[in-house]
Amino acid sequence: MNFVVSLICLLLVPFSFAGLALIQQGLGRSRSAAHAMLGGICALSVSAIAFVLIGSGWAGYPGGPNHSFLAGGITWNWLGAAPRWGHAATDDGLYASLVLCLQLLSVALTAMIPVSTGNDRWRLRSICASSALLACGVFPLFAHWLWGGGWLSQLQNTLGLPPLLDVGGAGTIHVVGGLSALCIAWLLGPRRGKYDDGMAAAIPGHNIVLVLFGCVLALVGWTGLNMAASLLFHDALPQELLLVFLNALLCASAGCLAAVATTRLRYRKVDASLSANGWVAGLVAGSAACGLISPGAAIFTGLVAGALMTFVVEALELKLFVDDPAGSIAVHAVAGVWGLLACGFFAKSHAAHLAQLSSQMVGVATLLGVMLPLIYLTNALLNKIMPYRVDDDGDLQGMDIRELGAGAYPEFVLHADDLIPR
Amino acid sequence: MRIVSVVLLVSGWFIVMAALVLLVSPSERFSFIVAGLLVQSLGLGLLARSFIPQRTAHLKDSFGRSQ
Repeated sequence: MNFVVSLICLLLVPFSFAGLALIQQGLGRSRSAAHAMLGGICALSVSAIAFVLIGSGWAGYPGGPNHSFLAGGITWNWLGAAPRWGHAATDDGLYASLVLCLQLLSVALTAMIPVSTGNDRWRLRSICASSALLACGVFPLFAHWLWGGGWLSQLQNTLGLPPLLDVGGAGTIHVVGGLSALCIAWLLGPRRGKYDDGMAAAIPGHNIVLVLFGCVLALVGWTGLNMAASLLFHDALPQELLLVFLNALLCASAGCLAAVATTRLRYRKVDASLSANGWVAGLVAGSAACGLISPGAAIFTGLVAGALMTFVVEALELKLFVDDPAGSIAVHAVAGVWGLLACGFFAKSHAAHLAQLSSQMVGVATLLGVMLPLIYLTNALLNKIMPYRVDDDGDLQGMDIRELGAGAYPEFVLHADDLIPR
Repeated sequence: MRIVSVVLLVSGWFIVMAALVLLVSPSERFSFIVAGLLVQSLGLGLLARSFIPQRTAHLKDSFGRSQ
């Protein structure tokens, strides 16, 4: 493990926050643009503080103290017992400090994912509360199982399966974030006017240029995250990081081109917002394997992620009536699951492909069978205490005016909704 | 329906975990893991469907139409 290289990689990760925030606000309505951006930053801030204060102890780090129990003759390492309040950063050495920093950045990224789904109707205080819940309880649990030396990372010792491979957090960050987005969409319901007369109305993003710029920033951040995780959790050598960068770029490019081709074939015109989502879907899918697959496999993984994402976005919107303005569920949850499975197919591992695929599927089953119910139940409970959805006036006014008191673009009347008397 | 779907999601995971603990053969394990994921898919589908009528009712409320 190289401290300086790891640190440089970690310092690149905040670019993914910037990229994601730009994508989120650009794909939403102009009347809630400032709220979407601020919501993302608040989610990031609250989750970072909550994680350091409480969650980091439960997330732990490989080889660190933990809580275990014996069942079926197997010791199940299920929760970390590292010092809280960020003491692991000072007390447990350099490696623990770097893992803490990586997990801190990861939880912030995870908390930002559902914000775009609640665009134009999710209250700011509820965003903060939900992010705190995610950072204190939900994220640390899965992060410990996979990144903190928990049972999913020890499948080889306990159950004779190869360890679950998720180097850059396709499951830990993106599927957990995407499932949170799905639960938020269910709890909030659609935006006003989205399903008028039972038909889905198109509510296009207000600034696609920022969305596409966000994609480029996201690549830088993702690369940093993938490289840092490869160094910390898979003992990658600095010279192997080039393949991590190459695969991230290839996955994103293939995902974007797949979305361009799919939308061109299906709608006769290329859809810029779906193409941008294809880019991010490629990044998400590729983050499971990082440098463990060949460039050819990375291209295939990205192609499938980009094409799959377009179909899932449509199915969610038209068949299941899930209003997800930025497509976060398809981009993060579905592409993340595909990335985990693709890792089982293509990863250069010592284990047989069937065994590796089994491990990857155990990870997916755990995400669906434990994390999804946990996320849904905790958010549903919080929604009862602190209603997530803004009231009808807020639905009419837009979140900028309702919660911030001023629009993001005060000099311009950009949408007919802005002319509604307040 | 929501409770049933959440139970199905958790049950699918238990099928997977039981297969890992009780079975040794890789192919048998794989089959049961696939079976567990199929049960979870059913649960996820049911959960998603359970939100469709509720959303329609919500829309009617917010647009002031008859419920």
